[in-house]
Amino acid sequence: MATVQPHRVRVGRSVELGLLALALAIGVAAYALVGIGATGAVPTNVLGYGVGMTVIAFAMHIVLRLRAPFADPVILPVVVALNGIGLAMIYRIDLARSARGITSTFATKQLGWTAISVVLAAVVLITLRDHRTLRRYTYTAMVAGLVLMVLPLVKGLGADINGAQIWIHVGGFSLQPAELAKILLAIFFAGYLVTNRDTLALAGPRVLGLQLPRIRDLGPIVVAWAVSVAVLVLESDLGTSLLFFGLFVAMLYLATERTSWVVIGLGLFAVGAAVAATTIGHVGARFTVWLHALDPAVFDRAPGGSGQLVRGLYGLASGGLFGTGWGQGRPDLVPFAESDFIVASLGEELGLTGLIAILLCYLVLAERGLRTAIGVRDGFGKLLAGGLAFAVALQCFVVVGGITRIIPLTGLTTPFLAYGGSSLLANWIIVALLLRISDDARRPAGVAMAGPPPRPPATTAPIPIRTSVATVGGAAEGDDQPTERISSGDVDV
Amino acid sequence: MNTPLRRLATVVVVMFVVLLGGVTWVQFGQASALNNDPRNVRTLYREFGKPRGPIVVAGQAIASSTASADAFGYQRSYANGPLYSSVTGFYSVVNGTLGLEAAENDVLTGTVDSLFLQRLQDLITGKQPQGSAVELTINPAAQQAAWDALGDQRGAVVAIDPSTGAILALVSKPGYDPTTLASHDTAAAGAAYQALLAADGNPLLTKATKETYAPGSTFKLITAAAALESGSYTPDTSIPSPTVLPLPQTSATITNFGGESCGNGTDTTLADALRISCNTAFAQLGLTLGADALAAQAAKFGFDDGGLTIPMTVAKSIFPKGLNAPKTAQSAIGQFSVVATPLQMAMVSAAIANGGKLMTPYLVQTVRTANLDVVSQARPSVLSTAVSPTTAAALRDMMVGVVDNGTGTAAKISGVQVAGKTGTAQTTDQTPPHAWFTAFAPAAAPKVAVAVIVEHGGNLGNEATGGRVAAPIAKAVIEAVLGG
Repeated sequence: MATVQPHRVRVGRSVELGLLALALAIGVAAYALVGIGATGAVPTNVLGYGVGMTVIAFAMHIVLRLRAPFADPVILPVVVALNGIGLAMIYRIDLARSARGITSTFATKQLGWTAISVVLAAVVLITLRDHRTLRRYTYTAMVAGLVLMVLPLVKGLGADINGAQIWIHVGGFSLQPAELAKILLAIFFAGYLVTNRDTLALAGPRVLGLQLPRIRDLGPIVVAWAVSVAVLVLESDLGTSLLFFGLFVAMLYLATERTSWVVIGLGLFAVGAAVAATTIGHVGARFTVWLHALDPAVFDRAPGGSGQLVRGLYGLASGGLFGTGWGQGRPDLVPFAESDFIVASLGEELGLTGLIAILLCYLVLAERGLRTAIGVRDGFGKLLAGGLAFAVALQCFVVVGGITRIIPLTGLTTPFLAYGGSSLLANWIIVALLLRISDDARRPAGVAMAGPPPRPPATTAPIPIRTSVATVGGAAEGDDQPTERISSGDVDV
Repeated sequence: MNTPLRRLATVVVVMFVVLLGGVTWVQFGQASALNNDPRNVRTLYREFGKPRGPIVVAGQAIASSTASADAFGYQRSYANGPLYSSVTGFYSVVNGTLGLEAAENDVLTGTVDSLFLQRLQDLITGKQPQGSAVELTINPAAQQAAWDALGDQRGAVVAIDPSTGAILALVSKPGYDPTTLASHDTAAAGAAYQALLAADGNPLLTKATKETYAPGSTFKLITAAAALESGSYTPDTSIPSPTVLPLPQTSATITNFGGESCGNGTDTTLADALRISCNTAFAQLGLTLGADALAAQAAKFGFDDGGLTIPMTVAKSIFPKGLNAPKTAQSAIGQFSVVATPLQMAMVSAAIANGGKLMTPYLVQTVRTANLDVVSQARPSVLSTAVSPTTAAALRDMMVGVVDNGTGTAAKISGVQVAGKTGTAQTTDQTPPHAWFTAFAPAAAPKVAVAVIVEHGGNLGNEATGGRVAAPIAKAVIEAVLGG
């Protein structure tokens, strides 16, 4: 017998406010400590910096209150904390470079990019009232994504920076279009897979307990594989290739629940990687560096030696358990300490403990994203949120795994931490999308989503909700969601 | 779609667990290996960024670090650098480390295990960790006397306190100035290093401990010791001393210095043979005793031990194995392929001086923290029993004879009985011989044992003998020790 109780929803905006204050405190304190550690004085611009970050964070908070009042309250503070820690470390590298007489303004630029990124994220939240709108642009997203991925190969536009053909020059800026392509392709995959999931999942023979797909359904995965191999071969970008293919395989699995796709996907990738490693010199060099990093011959080889990787390891090792403290290590001894190797820089100054805290922040972010995917009711939203959350986790794994020699080093950036406008922009847009979907996932049934702006909920008073009936099988789980929802659209099964 | 999402969430957790394992492995498991990697400049920067402990001789720092205004933080400099270069070595950003700076690095940087409590204390009180001071056994007067007496001749001097093994003087020539090598001006420091590498006489090699030479007649002390230890000989035993000793199995012969005969030309006492350093008598004695007895006796004095550290590693002195008769005869007088470090020959005298007990030589007396607490103190230990007290006393008397009215009269000091042995070691036909002298004094209650080598006869060249060139240097060092 079902007990009828009023179901209360914790909206969490005030929780978010508290967590935001904590996240800002971490970022600003880190910034101040960098100055104290490196130069012995609090940076003169710490006030301006603190105010700037606070304005950025609270602007986003207010946008959420107005436009996505039910959004996940943890995502934004985690991202603000990571962004702040990254900025502090980039400022620390600036100080180290200045001490050597090099003018360095990475931190100022990164703060600018943070502002631009947050504005764009707010624009996404304000203009995109319902994430399902994006499903209409499935194939537009595919074309745009593929164009972005090949842009660096266009003569006169692409630029070979540090051996990888993954940049384009527009105006005075260098951009990594693959970062934005990641989002567009996730939208495409979600749209495509939600339409074709049944065919992909159910048709085909069973072999050795694996439900194999039909040959003609293999088309999309072969295309995705071919594109990622093309990226690898033509742009020398192992990281993007891995991220792109991993994202596709994960979303394919989400859509079909068929392990066979994962097996096929991993098999294809292994073959591609093995062939690339043996036939393409620089890819093979990456593998050699990975396996024999400390070998003197590999260490001293230039270019393509393990010098950078091993210097990163030295940095991490010198950090030890508790680190040298902000501003007191020598992260600048590692090339690209502000971008590709910012994890090594953080590991050196914050130690193993600090790095574990940062990794756990990412884990929380990814798991909140996946939680959103579980909570949201439409298949497109599930796939998109699941894919984007997994992309953040996978990117983190590829970068940190590369630096710690778990996997070969690739050229991906650490989300939110690393210096670089395109990466920051793309990841803040991902955050906006996750927040938008989580608003839907956590929105109690009966509260209007489209149409006029929703009633701003009072955070103190619980939202009165229809009574919750006994759980309907197959509906979304979770305490803070309504247990059933009548929808004419995609119902999860 | 929720089931695969949950599985994917598990996959994400697994990925992060792998990452956590990875960073733990690098930052904790491998940290020590990575930090000690010689290619890791970070370690050097960190070491330079901390005040390194001084190296102290008789209360004066001979190596110390002072704050510098550059990226490194501290500059190492050496007071009286060349004089102590054989001891300190150097500590350089560009050129690495050598000598005591290398051997005692973890003490000087304060990272040695025995300083763990100190580090813990510093961690709690928030004090910047400092390296420890290393106080040496060196007697500055003896060191200076050895340095001055060698002059511009190439060679080495080692002086030991026979009763403890404490090294009182350690000089190699030519020396070098470690301060120039430790310069933070990397170009200048690198150039200075290259110049030393190219320089004549290999100044970077600490000849006193790292170079081995044919010991020549100083080795007769070991042959005599083997004879006395066998029980068949006393200093007064008459042994054959032909003017020319034909070597068995070959047409080669052994003659005495300058072709002279010893005593009556047929036989002489063991003591007299040592006093006048009779080659034929000792070669024949070696043949009679056999190669194995000589090798065993040499080993008891410290030969063929590659593991000696003072704390710098000492080169191995070698008495070759598997010798045939003619080679045994040559080895018994310190020729053929017998080689010894100057330190080794000082140890021979020191063992005889100490009643047959060979003390382990050492250079570091005390290690103190920055606030002068004693971390460790040298504890003299017996390395081996080289000969019995009776043999030691007999050898002592025989060595006194060498200085009183034998080949080593140049080492005579009025009012002090000196016991010594000369050596003039053939090198090649073209180059003058090495001049050796090893001695201890006062003979009755020894305070110092010393070994001197002057390469290729020094200033006297072909005219040189151990007695003329090396003995006066030993005398100067003994006087410096006894005078102080």
